[in-house]
Amino acid sequence: MKPAPFVRHVPRTLQQALAILSQVAGQDGRILAGGQSLVPIMAFRLAKPAHLIDINEVAGLDRLESDGKVLSIGARVRHAAFHAPVTDNRLAALLTYVARHIAHYPIRMRGTFCGSLAHADPASEWCLTAATLGATMVAMSQRGTREIAASDFFEGIMSTALADDELLAEVRLPLLTPDAKFGFYEFNRRAGDFAMAASLVTYSLVNGKMAQARVGVGGAEPSPRRIEEAEAALNGQSPDDDAFRAAAQAASDAVDPLEDHQTNAEYRRDLVRVVVRRALEHSLT
Amino acid sequence: MTDKTALTLTINGRDHAIAVEARRTLADAIREDCGQTGTHIGCEHGICGACTVIVNGEPVRSCLMFAVQAEGKKIRTVEGLADGETLHPMQQAFMDHHGLQCGFCTPGFLMLAVGVLEREPDINDDDLLDVLSSNLCRCTGYQNIIKAVRAAAEQMRGK
Repeated sequence: MKPAPFVRHVPRTLQQALAILSQVAGQDGRILAGGQSLVPIMAFRLAKPAHLIDINEVAGLDRLESDGKVLSIGARVRHAAFHAPVTDNRLAALLTYVARHIAHYPIRMRGTFCGSLAHADPASEWCLTAATLGATMVAMSQRGTREIAASDFFEGIMSTALADDELLAEVRLPLLTPDAKFGFYEFNRRAGDFAMAASLVTYSLVNGKMAQARVGVGGAEPSPRRIEEAEAALNGQSPDDDAFRAAAQAASDAVDPLEDHQTNAEYRRDLVRVVVRRALEHSLT
Repeated sequence: MTDKTALTLTINGRDHAIAVEARRTLADAIREDCGQTGTHIGCEHGICGACTVIVNGEPVRSCLMFAVQAEGKKIRTVEGLADGETLHPMQQAFMDHHGLQCGFCTPGFLMLAVGVLEREPDINDDDLLDVLSSNLCRCTGYQNIIKAVRAAAEQMRGK
């Protein structure tokens, strides 16, 4: 249970970090931010990076600000930054509610938002949030900067569109409209444990009917994603039990569930139905 | 690859000059290199919380930090809670409410609860319960830990 030896690099600027990353990317160089996912897999020797680039001393990566359209979240913004609302936009209330479900308090003190996305665990609450809301990922390397849409970013279990020499420097989340409704529900067997299925929903109400519905499902498939079939079952309907049950059933039918030693596909498909319905019910509270 | 780095860890206000590999966890360095064995190690992968210490005012898992990352930071462990012969209110409450049996998890629970209550003295009861779900205890069934922390929280708030 001890990590294998590695060389630690401690850049002070983003440019230094990218320069080191470009040098060591080919030798299994990895970014170390909060370390709350990376260090456990190193302890199990599932990961044995030869180089770790510790970005905890890099200036400016804790930037967290809103320009009126998007909330920009820097690479070292920790989960605990969202314990209290970070802006007066409705998005902040959503993030505060979701953040409470991430692991445990001491983990949230260290773990980072961007690190969670770069790690891309299927059960990650922030990955679900990014996929549901349509986040933009800002990937930087010495070769340049590019923006990646959330729908193109997640490529499977712990697999993303980031190249080996790219740092996820920032994630941008679109702000919500003042009247936006949101709901979230996560199922796990123990408080703080990995979600076996989770759902995040948002919509607005136009003349009492749901519009621009987004239904995200995480923890059930290799990557979190929006479920169009469920969204179609909501748009134009009143936010009531019939619509919620129809959307939940549509989501359950649409997913291709992961299986593991404790959950078969049928069970997880049923969980998807439950978490989507409960997330939708939460949107009314 | 096994080169050691010389560094100073400041634990409970005392400096410890040590030399460790980059891969040395803070938990191991506190125990093995600094001799402060009050901090316990359970799972070594961030699940059990036995190794919780306070770093620059934040309760963290010391098995998920590397010792080299803690240089220059103020580390507090269970050895630093009591004031001479007088126990910290949290320690006294754990005794008064039978919040421990074997005691293995206790240093982690103490540092977790003290760390959170120092940051958020007015934390509500539901959130406090959520905080206490961070750590594992195999003896008590948690009820007496919850009682102890609630009692200490009131005392720490000066009621």
